Amino acid sequence: MNTNVATMKGKTADVEKDASMRKQKEMMAAHYDRLTAVPQTGEKVCSTFVPGNLNELIGCFDLLNNLPEVNAIQNGLRRTSGQYVLEAEKIGHSEDVCTYVKSDIGMIAKGNIAPNGKPFPNPDVLLLSYTGCFTFMKWFELLREQYQCETIMLHTPYMGDGKITPNMIQYMVKQLREEVIPKLERVSGVKFDIDRLRERLARSAQAEENLVHVLQSARRRPSPIDAYFGGIYYIGPIFGAFRGTEDAIQYYRFLREEIDARVAAGTGPITPEGDMGPEKYRLVVEGPPNYTNFRQFWKMFYDEGAVVVASSYTKVGGVYDLGFRHDPQRPLETLAEYCLGVYTNRSLPMRIEMLSNYIEEYGADGLLINSIKSCNSFSAGQLLMMREIEKRTGKPAAFIESDLVDPRYFSAANIKNRLESYFQMVEQRRAGARSAA
Amino acid sequence: MTMPDTATIVARASALFEDLHFSSAREWKSAVPGRKVIGYMPIYVPREIIHAAGMLPLGIVGGGDQLEVIHGDAYYQSYICRIPRSTIELGVSGRLDFVDGMLFPSICDVIRNLSGMWKLMFPNVYSRYFDVPQNYRDDIGGNYYAQELAELRDALGELGGAPITDDALRASIAAYNENRRLVRELYDYRIAQPWQAPAAEVYLLMRAGLALPVEQHTELLRDYLAAARAVERPRRDNCRVVVTGVFCEQPPLNLIKSLELAGCYVVDDDLLLVTRWLTADVATDGDPLQNLARAFLHHSESTAAKYEPNAREKGQHLVRAVQRSKAEGVIFASPSFCDPALLDRPMLQHALSGAGIPYVSFKYAENSGQMQPIREQAGTFADSIKLWSGQ
Ligand code: SF4
Ligand code: SF4
Repeated sequence: MNTNVATMKGKTADVEKDASMRKQKEMMAAHYDRLTAVPQTGEKVCSTFVPGNLNELIGCFDLLNNLPEVNAIQNGLRRTSGQYVLEAEKIGHSEDVCTYVKSDIGMIAKGNIAPNGKPFPNPDVLLLSYTGCFTFMKWFELLREQYQCETIMLHTPYMGDGKITPNMIQYMVKQLREEVIPKLERVSGVKFDIDRLRERLARSAQAEENLVHVLQSARRRPSPIDAYFGGIYYIGPIFGAFRGTEDAIQYYRFLREEIDARVAAGTGPITPEGDMGPEKYRLVVEGPPNYTNFRQFWKMFYDEGAVVVASSYTKVGGVYDLGFRHDPQRPLETLAEYCLGVYTNRSLPMRIEMLSNYIEEYGADGLLINSIKSCNSFSAGQLLMMREIEKRTGKPAAFIESDLVDPRYFSAANIKNRLESYFQMVEQRRAGARSAA
Repeated sequence: MTMPDTATIVARASALFEDLHFSSAREWKSAVPGRKVIGYMPIYVPREIIHAAGMLPLGIVGGGDQLEVIHGDAYYQSYICRIPRSTIELGVSGRLDFVDGMLFPSICDVIRNLSGMWKLMFPNVYSRYFDVPQNYRDDIGGNYYAQELAELRDALGELGGAPITDDALRASIAAYNENRRLVRELYDYRIAQPWQAPAAEVYLLMRAGLALPVEQHTELLRDYLAAARAVERPRRDNCRVVVTGVFCEQPPLNLIKSLELAGCYVVDDDLLLVTRWLTADVATDGDPLQNLARAFLHHSESTAAKYEPNAREKGQHLVRAVQRSKAEGVIFASPSFCDPALLDRPMLQHALSGAGIPYVSFKYAENSGQMQPIREQAGTFADSIKLWSGQ
């Protein structure tokens, strides 16, 4: 997620802000360098997913974490995903399925080149954290076929009834203890040390605390952050390979200080073109963004003075703002609860409640749904979500459609039109409210 | 009493298939006060538990090509398969107003999210996402699953006003064992003489199993087998195929018919898997929930919604299905936008290629009307198989 960090530097960039951006950029570059240096260093690699990633555990085995979703995002931002998706379709994948998978498979077919221009190493183990999306399972079955390496399944039950039951926790802890950990020991040759895990979990909790502080700063007017477009950068380290590390602690400390400084100065979010102008609209957004036209997409918002104050996408790798923190006192249980609680593992009624609450809590003008063509996990049910949230909050909602990394499904004109009419609708509501008052 | 012929039996199954008001289930319910009906979606739920509660399990597999979807489209984007929208249509149009509970099995994210939609749209109906383990160890996935089954048993007991006893469960397991034996016999019979049991007829008989009480369905199968054996039907020069990918959204009946008209005898398929999900008898002594759990872990069908822990096994169930049914090729028929079927497909195709088994692929929707392209594809496939096997 670092690709465009440097270009986010605004005209009014100050030293503090640069610190977190620089830090993230360095962390990502170092991580990719470490990954691509594996043939020389002999380090071992574990591929895994963002939602329900067991980064602290992976770190306990000195395994290097590689996240195919993050690679797909990188390819989207760099505009290489389109050709990869086509490549995957050429070798037999359907045009209908998740484009993250196809971007990954196409990338492998075309040499598996990392953002630093060097080839990715093959993974030594695929850790299939099956959380919140069925496609994950197929994706790693496909990669297993490709790499012929050890594959470890950690099955997270779905929160269909809106609660975590003791049976779910026991099931997951048992899988961790008797399947995941022994297999990771075998692959890595490193013995499991629960104290090492506790240390990492404690570090995670520290970073999580600061991330929540940053996300919740958007309750202010003007919001000092954009919690969707900007938020994607803020979640990068904690959703990616760095949760549980000192680097992440440092990054989130810098970030917190920078955001606090923006609050003190009364400034709004930073955009790729510098500070955003006056805040006119406050939105809550549901659904992932489009990455192939990310800058263009974002610009449609900040040009209109629209800031996203809360989003569901920044909760796919963990819902920390509702109170969850990794707990070093209950190391395996806390990992189970973490996986169970990620956004996409929450039932539709839970998702609706969360978004409705955001609209109230963050003083938003309404909801915007970006529906992703190839992502059933997010998209199925979003039209009902939209109606329910409108009904509950009385605030207007809008629906746009695009794709994560397939450029064929980004229609700038359509999206712009929809957004413009949406902002007009918000204006009308405001005028109506004023005349009623 | 004279024995019914196949046409009479198939006509009954066909009437059940066409009846989108589920009259037979409604009649079953109203025949005795207090009876309850529990709907379930593909691919599998333990119907034994519903049966043991004295309730009727009713399979809901969308609206097919007969249902006009008026409201359902407003709930789904164009890039999501058809079955959830036609199921919503069945719900909002009142066709399921007699259904007291709905189970949404763990098959994919669409059905999973539909479970939440159902809770919101029909708050007075008991609805549950029915999760199953993806870990197949008795002491891990097995214990988790047995506990999930216990929760289901308790919830249905509460809904029915009386706890479900172990004896009732054992009796239900026996009833479904018998039913599955007949289903397997019918599938075996079709393998031996596919011209005697056309695919569309077998399909309608299986569909009847989604609507009828299990005892009646078992009778129906028994009658059909007897009637089919009694009359010789003309044998055509068709090739033999396995149809796969049809485990959730249903292909139109015409599609199934078209395959045979195009020269393919369907000798195995993954249609309506619930009718034969468990591949061996479930033990009827001991703890019934543990027995159901064991059967699920160790004797159940392979399909896209299930994780295959053994890399070498991936796709081999299909290779074995081809060998067992002496098929000459495989037809991949997948619903449009179906991630599980379409993501699984390349891996299954690799397994087939490895075994030298030819295949062809196409997509459909439950309301596809135009069968000509599919007929042509299947016809060309059949011709090429004949050509190769003739050499
Ligand atoms: S379907 Fe959606 S949640 Fe699942 S892998 Fe694809 S983009 Fe991610
Ligand atoms: S047809 Fe496929 S995608 Fe649609 S609900 Fe069924 S399994 Fe899911």
